[in-house]
Amino acid sequence: MQYIDRLQVRKRINFRLRLNSILKYVFLGATLSGLVVLAILLIRTVSQGFAWIDWNFITGHLSMDPEKAGIMGAILGTFWLMLVVIFFTLILGMGAAIYLELYAKKGRVHSLIQTNIANLAGVPSIVYGILGLTVFVRLMDFGSTVLAGGLTLSLLILPIVIVSSQEALRAVPQTLGEASYGLGASKWQTIRNIDLPTALPSILTGSILALSRAIGETAPLVVLGIPALLIPFPGGFMDRFTALPMQIYYWTLDAALVEEYANLAAASIIILLLMLFILNSIAIYIRNKFQHRF
Amino acid sequence: MAVQTQLYAVPEIEKKESKEQNELENEKIFETKSLNLWYGETQALKNIELEIPEKSITAIIGPSGCGKSTFIKTLNRMVELIPSVQTKGDIHYKGSNILSNDYSAEALRTDVGMVFQKPNPFPKSIYDNVAYGPRIHGIKKKRILDEIVEKSLRDAFIWDEVKERLKDNAFGLSGGQQQRLCIARCLAIEPEVILMDEPTSALDPISTTKVEELIQSLKKQYSIVIVTHNMQQAARISDQTAFFLNGEVVEFGKTEELFTEPEDSRTMDYINGRFG
Ligand SMILES: Nc1ncnc2c1ncn2[C@@H]1O[C@H](COP(=O)(O)OP(=O)(O)O)[C@@H](O)[C@H]1O
Ligand SMILES: [Mg+2]
Repeated sequence: MQYIDRLQVRKRINFRLRLNSILKYVFLGATLSGLVVLAILLIRTVSQGFAWIDWNFITGHLSMDPEKAGIMGAILGTFWLMLVVIFFTLILGMGAAIYLELYAKKGRVHSLIQTNIANLAGVPSIVYGILGLTVFVRLMDFGSTVLAGGLTLSLLILPIVIVSSQEALRAVPQTLGEASYGLGASKWQTIRNIDLPTALPSILTGSILALSRAIGETAPLVVLGIPALLIPFPGGFMDRFTALPMQIYYWTLDAALVEEYANLAAASIIILLLMLFILNSIAIYIRNKFQHRF
Repeated sequence: MAVQTQLYAVPEIEKKESKEQNELENEKIFETKSLNLWYGETQALKNIELEIPEKSITAIIGPSGCGKSTFIKTLNRMVELIPSVQTKGDIHYKGSNILSNDYSAEALRTDVGMVFQKPNPFPKSIYDNVAYGPRIHGIKKKRILDEIVEKSLRDAFIWDEVKERLKDNAFGLSGGQQQRLCIARCLAIEPEVILMDEPTSALDPISTTKVEELIQSLKKQYSIVIVTHNMQQAARISDQTAFFLNGEVVEFGKTEELFTEPEDSRTMDYINGRFG
């Protein structure tokens, strides 16, 4: 007896093929609707803000007068923030990832910690702002400084950096570790010479992407009380500062008072997008240049 | 079946010379005593009692899953890397029990090197691959490293192929070259014993022949334990052979005898291709 009735199959083939081509367009539509919204946003922002970007806008001090206002202070603030965030997330993130992935015993405690880290990655950023306000600004008395802001943003992205670094370490082929142990290397020697160098490109890529999330964050900085005022350019970690997202936030708020502020906000968005674009390009460059194929 | 039996016949000429060199009364380098091993609940090795003589080639054969890899990985304690493993019994290496707590696994692995089934060079230059072991053990002088690298590559029959491109990434080599590089990397730590887990199973026939010749040449200086699922290979290159089945040693003896007149009927069945 034959289970497959050729005639039936042939009849249904047309239907299956048509369903396939319809679905293809459904998925295309899903992709396009995302792209279209993004394009509208970009076009609107660029057309509104591009004309306002000039040398004075990029290098100047903040001013109430829209014609004179510049955002160098915010750019520098964002830059200093990045340094703090890179320093703490790389050290703490890689350290935690190495411990959890390569040293810790895989048991109940380990999976509990692991689940918690994954959950922390989903905590709203404003909660980290409140934590930073309590611990860094008030308890440790750093005030609304670069250090306090940077530590807060580090905490925010630390879970992401840990998890992505763990994945990078896990992707190192076990056979390489075995080869190293087989030559009499200790665990740390193997991590130092094999696991870390092999995983480093992925770790950096993941960290840079997380970093670009951090520098776009506004909510935690609002809670920390970061101003957008006529303050001197920040020159160090203990200086008060403002950052690009804050600048954008306040200008958008104040656009009700001075109409041109909306254009300045759009111009600042372009600058911030440009910085994010550069960061992501670096990430892609690292990934392509140092990627190992096994 | 008849054809197969023929294939496994021991080549006469090669055997003669190794017979002179290697009677089983060579000093023993390893001696296992009621060695048992579990992965969690499942027992993979049962009461293994083997004496492995030095400066000769010992082959481990048996159907897949019978514990061959597990056994040779106990000899340099690589099994410890798997968390669920539990070992009982003794393994004496040159008289001391390597399974005792105060024997350092790192020291053991400096004496007992290993070559793996799939060539696994590091994603580094050819030079750095070979220099890895010596550097791990604290050798920093470039002149000494240069010498070790050249000697190891020569001893592994690959120097002429790579001497012009020592700085190139090892991944650019062919599979057979990679495996010989891995052997060179192992020789660079100047081990006494070399463990090999199916070192040619991922290689083409020509590379296999080269690696087999290399292994033959190494036994003057090193004690070699080689796992192979290829019985012709065991017959061609080894001096003694152990036949494993379900985690037990069924038969252990001179290769020539084991392949021509096995004592156990299961060995007979296996070498005649009746199972596995
Ligand atoms: N990491 C492991 N965890 C659990 N069981 C394993 C592991 N490695 C091997 N085994 C089991 O141990 C037995 C012997 O395996 P192995 O030594 O790899 O056999 P062979 O090398 O002879 O093919 C098999 O039954 C296998 O399923
Ligand atoms: Mg195996």
